[in-house]
Amino acid sequence: MIEMIDVWKTYPNGTNALEGINVKIEKGEFVYVVGPSGAGKSTFIKLMYREEKPTKGTILLNGFNISKLKESQIPKVRRSIGVVFQDYKLLPKLNVYENVAFAMEVVEASKKQTKPRVLEMLELVKLKNKLRSYPSELSGGEQQRVSIARALVNSPGTIIADEPTGNLDPETSWEIMRIFEEINVRGTTVVMATHNREIVNTLRKRVIAIESGRIVRDEQRGEYGYEG
Amino acid sequence: MKVRTMGRHLREGSRNITRNGWMSFASMSSVAITLFILGVFLLLALNVNHIANVVERQVEIRVFVKQDVEQSEVDKLGEKLKDLSQVESVTFIPKEEGLENFKKSFGDKAYWFEGLEKENPLSDEFVVKTKDPVETEMVAERIKNLPYVESVNYAKDMIKKLFTITTMVRNIGVAFIVALAFTAMFLIANTIKLTIVARRREIEIMKLVGATNSFIRWPFFIEGLLMGSLGSVVPIILLLVGYHYLIELVQVDLNLYFLDLLPLNPLAWQLALLLMGIGAFIGVWGSMMSVHRFLKV
Repeated sequence: MIEMIDVWKTYPNGTNALEGINVKIEKGEFVYVVGPSGAGKSTFIKLMYREEKPTKGTILLNGFNISKLKESQIPKVRRSIGVVFQDYKLLPKLNVYENVAFAMEVVEASKKQTKPRVLEMLELVKLKNKLRSYPSELSGGEQQRVSIARALVNSPGTIIADEPTGNLDPETSWEIMRIFEEINVRGTTVVMATHNREIVNTLRKRVIAIESGRIVRDEQRGEYGYEG
Repeated sequence: MKVRTMGRHLREGSRNITRNGWMSFASMSSVAITLFILGVFLLLALNVNHIANVVERQVEIRVFVKQDVEQSEVDKLGEKLKDLSQVESVTFIPKEEGLENFKKSFGDKAYWFEGLEKENPLSDEFVVKTKDPVETEMVAERIKNLPYVESVNYAKDMIKKLFTITTMVRNIGVAFIVALAFTAMFLIANTIKLTIVARRREIEIMKLVGATNSFIRWPFFIEGLLMGSLGSVVPIILLLVGYHYLIELVQVDLNLYFLDLLPLNPLAWQLALLLMGIGAFIGVWGSMMSVHRFLKV
């Protein structure tokens, strides 16, 4: 469960990225965050995994009040969510298996726990045949699938994705969306910032539209609502 | 922390060195070069200090006893000299022995002084060495006021000059070593920083998947420790082998016996431990300083 109560974010250079955001996302929901570039989408997403701190307001995430979080508590919060990025953020010197296992290593899981779990996740994203490949040997879609497997491997309750299909062609984007749909069906909350009109309008979910730092629209089974 | 995790950190730390091959090589080379220069200066400074010590220790006070003093009084004076707190050793030279030495110094012309034994013009003499040569002057002044002391003799001006020179040499040595140690630190910290900048993405990802700061730091700590200590091995070997040959050259080939160099043992161990310690310290310090900047994600 994610809740934001009157959240404001002003960057040190004076830009008002968010102005009084109030929103509640229940467990198991699938939410698109849409809006023009520079409207505050990214800030909204970054606040959720505590890359940015709000200037004012309260953010509750899985029971943590992350706006009042001590530095030492951040890792705990990050372990309860999985994050997926537009640029995949894989470690180039580790192969597919190692990249996914890395997230479990960090939480000090044993080898015995790690192996079956990593294989299970790679099965889910259909990359079990590329365990030993390195990121540079994979297509964009495959890399994104690895990063999704990594985000899921510690069984977080929430997946936060910042334009996960931004660098992918339409067909590959749909492959990725099918994976998100599947994990949502299994009970994981999905919050996804996106510019992909076709996806939002076809795979109908709750849509939150942000413009100039405010939520201007929040509807179930909503539309993308912008041109192009 | 779990033992398994420590094992992981050790593995990661050492693997990072090979993974970042050239960068690690650059770091270790700069450790090696600076430690080598530092070692050369250290050997030089230690030996200069040693030679200065030897020269200083040759400083002595000659105390001449008045003529015709009872032997028991002379002995008492000797006891009093020994009781002075700053005195290290007192050697008694009776006037007969003094005369023998005097005659010896004239070699085959010693017969000139035949017969002087009956009316020995020399005085009994004490040779006093102080614990700290710097106290020579003060001790000499105190001895002068003791009963039955005829006169006190020591190289007053020479001692003053000697101490000015030895203190200066020591201070310059220390200043050089401190300056070099700092240069080494910054050089190494900088090289290690470069290797870490190249890995900031890795650190960023670790933080994003929920790694704690100490989890991220440990492999870097081990990497710095290993690079620093490994980097010190080559200069240690070079310095010790070089020093070994230098001693041989000075004492066997050139016959410069007056040039009293410190012996290889225990100097070798001290130098090796010191350089390895400095290497490890700057390795760890450099990598910790650099990783610190990237932990604020």
